Amino acid sequence: MNTAVLQFPGSNCDEDAVKAITQTTGKPAELVWHTAEDLSAFDLIIVPGGFSYGDYLRSGAIARFSPAMSAVREAAERGAYVLGICNGFQILTEAGLLPGALRRNESLQYRCAIVPLTVVRADTPFTSGYTTGEEIYIPIAHGDGNYYVDDATLALMEQRGQILFRYAKEHNPNGSVDDIAGVMNERGNVLGMMPHPERAMHEWLGSADGARLFASILTTWRNAHEHANA
Amino acid sequence: MDAQYKAAIHVTLKASVLDPQGAAVTKALHALGYQDVQDVRVGKFIEVALAAADETSARDAVARMCEQLLTNPVIESYTYELTELTV
Repeated sequence: MNTAVLQFPGSNCDEDAVKAITQTTGKPAELVWHTAEDLSAFDLIIVPGGFSYGDYLRSGAIARFSPAMSAVREAAERGAYVLGICNGFQILTEAGLLPGALRRNESLQYRCAIVPLTVVRADTPFTSGYTTGEEIYIPIAHGDGNYYVDDATLALMEQRGQILFRYAKEHNPNGSVDDIAGVMNERGNVLGMMPHPERAMHEWLGSADGARLFASILTTWRNAHEHANA
Repeated sequence: MDAQYKAAIHVTLKASVLDPQGAAVTKALHALGYQDVQDVRVGKFIEVALAAADETSARDAVARMCEQLLTNPVIESYTYELTELTV
């Protein structure tokens, strides 16, 4: 499994994402500058957190027009896995690869904390290492994490099982509709989430619950490829 | 020769989308004694100077800019005034 971690001017969780991949999966991960036009060599593309282009205009609004984002769209169409974390999630919604948008937190405060999440579905490429309904702890660090989607789209997303993570009851840190913390595309190969699994890799970091997300992707990839080669 | 235009673009969150900044400003105005304030929406003001063959093509360009980059149509709406600059 080959992983690309995109770097935009202002990305700051890129190195953490590379370490998360190499330490949990033992597979290579490469930093790829946002001007890259070809991502066909990669099975997983991580759009990391940070403040691409200084969050000017809107978070993710300018980064979505980078050449690499056209390549991400192509990769998603051929079935590669795409994971957008925090600013990466904002970029994926701006690019229309995921539904909805991220507004300013309801409190207007930047929120930085380890929060409890509920795993809504454990039968996806990204969550197979968890159990459905499990409570996990993953850090958040954002000012624009207030997920919005209109009622009709939300109902459709529920029906299609596109919601993978919710903030645990009474722990919604930002005002997101339906306590949504992470959503997947309809096809099931693009995930965006505000919490940072790459910052929850060891107990001494406060939680090791994020590691299983990366391990899940590797397991899914391995199953698909070992069957294909058998 | 192209004419020069200035577009004054106002971007706000759609009426159906809760505006956390507007809500905070409403509360602050109430606290200052402006009890008659019923609602506040906080948005952005963007000024674009552009050259275009005529008003129609200028309007067309501004609308496309708004849809593509300047606003996020999922949560925001916009209005604009276009002025032709006399040289």
